Amino acid sequence: MTDATALTPAVTKPRSLPKVNSRAVVMTLYLLFLMLPIYWLINMSLKTNTEILGSFSLWPQNLTFENYVTILTDEAWYMGYVNSMIYVVMNTVISLAVALPAAYAFSRYNFLGDKHLFFWLLTNRMAPPAVFALPFFQLYSSIGLFDTHIAVALAHCLFNVPLAVWILEGFMRGVPKEIDETAYIDGYGFGRFFVKIFMPLIASGIGVAAFFCFMFSWVELLLSRTLTSVDAKPIAATMTRTVGAAGVDWGVLAAAGVLTIVPGALVIYFVRNYIAKGFALGRV
Amino acid sequence: MQQKTTNHKAWFLVLPVLVLVAFSAVIPLMTVVNYSVQDTFGNNQFFWAGLEWFQEMLSDERMWNALQRQLMFSGIILAIEIPLGIFVALNMPKSGFWSSFCLVVMSLPLLIPWNVVGTIWQIFGRVDIGLLGHTLEALGIDYNYTQDTISAWITIIVMDVWHWTSLVALLAFAGLKSIPDAYYQAARIDQANRWKVFRFIELPKMMGVLMIAILLRFMDSFMIYTEPFVVTGGGPGNATTLLSIDLVKMALGQFDLGPAAAFSLMYFLVILLISWVFYTVMVNLDKKGM
Repeated sequence: MTDATALTPAVTKPRSLPKVNSRAVVMTLYLLFLMLPIYWLINMSLKTNTEILGSFSLWPQNLTFENYVTILTDEAWYMGYVNSMIYVVMNTVISLAVALPAAYAFSRYNFLGDKHLFFWLLTNRMAPPAVFALPFFQLYSSIGLFDTHIAVALAHCLFNVPLAVWILEGFMRGVPKEIDETAYIDGYGFGRFFVKIFMPLIASGIGVAAFFCFMFSWVELLLSRTLTSVDAKPIAATMTRTVGAAGVDWGVLAAAGVLTIVPGALVIYFVRNYIAKGFALGRV
Repeated sequence: MQQKTTNHKAWFLVLPVLVLVAFSAVIPLMTVVNYSVQDTFGNNQFFWAGLEWFQEMLSDERMWNALQRQLMFSGIILAIEIPLGIFVALNMPKSGFWSSFCLVVMSLPLLIPWNVVGTIWQIFGRVDIGLLGHTLEALGIDYNYTQDTISAWITIIVMDVWHWTSLVALLAFAGLKSIPDAYYQAARIDQANRWKVFRFIELPKMMGVLMIAILLRFMDSFMIYTEPFVVTGGGPGNATTLLSIDLVKMALGQFDLGPAAAFSLMYFLVILLISWVFYTVMVNLDKKGM
């Protein structure tokens, strides 16, 4: 399916076909391709293990919510979700708090070494987490932060802060400088101007940056798994529990997977009107 | 672009970022540098090893093979995802309910934790319980991603296309939406055909966001670890052992700190170099006002 569609852009579409139809067909095929694996996961999460392994069916024959009950009643399971949410929110707040003033500086002023600094920041977004896993582990162990939420939140700043600065800088550049100058003439100090006037102007940019920070912190596993053991263990790492002596508990694994999709889906639903704009990173 | 004023006090605004990133990037990176030039026999005793590890890694086939696989992987997924993403963006409804519907569904894979993405495809591709594996087997196609190199490669590539094409499509869509109607009207007057509209109006206008897409996709595919690791574990054999997977094996599995650190630094340098090229191109495009 993918290969067939991948080749088509180079070919001009036949003009005789009604335009709306060919578009709808392409989109339907693509969305179907996206949804099928997710549907399969949901399908499996509603089956018992015997049914999963015993017979092959496109939908659950005896619908069961047993797998979800297992997760939502077992503290070891649902605390994984809570832990993940805690460090994701912490990370988003920290990233935005430090990125806002920095992005303002980059968008408004020339200063010694600004271009090099900006690229250096971006290089951190390019640093493979695999390179940092071991040093992070040693660093946070030595200062007693191992297995805390803040450790993961700080570690994720490695790639989220540069990204937030990059996105915010793009949005801030779109705000005319005259606004700053008028505000200063009107007697606003920097802090009051920034919070009262400037931040509302780039509210959508802040939303977009928050969305991206949330996204990349929520989906990351390597660092969060390396930096935690019990108290701050993220849900993604908890999922390895399903592999036991009796083989893999497929039903529970699938149900846990489905539940990790839910927060993302909720966030997307709330920002759906800004997604397209947001993906332009304020640069269009 | 707006005119900027020179103000060295702006450093104070950048200071918090600097401190934070120094803490979470510079210190760990220094640790890596430290390991890369030393040798240890346990007991926390370290000896100066100079550039020995770098020389060893550079002459080691293991790293070159992993690098080769990595370049192949990144190349293939860029070659598929960028055109496919543009194609999907061109076909997306421009406004109304269906537009938001497509946006929401397309963003969904982007917000699934990476190991869950791996799990989804691990299940989906299994011959006994997965829809894909089962269907392919029923069609008489020999497919087994745990045993067969080609199947394993196809699985991780299709998985990555599934996971990330939407990002390219959404970026391209944002670029498309910013084109004023007047451009299309002018094209209609000139009787430009669909291909010419794409080539001379849509593509140049999308260039800026497409560079971001290529940069992001290149960096992320070059650092990919979790998804292929969950699906294939680097196997069969070493067939899908990409750079990150190899590195984690070396550093956390075998605890070969010196070689792993040297490997890390060279790995980082390669990404840096290629990204710098992309970044320079991007900044130049920005300057031209695209």
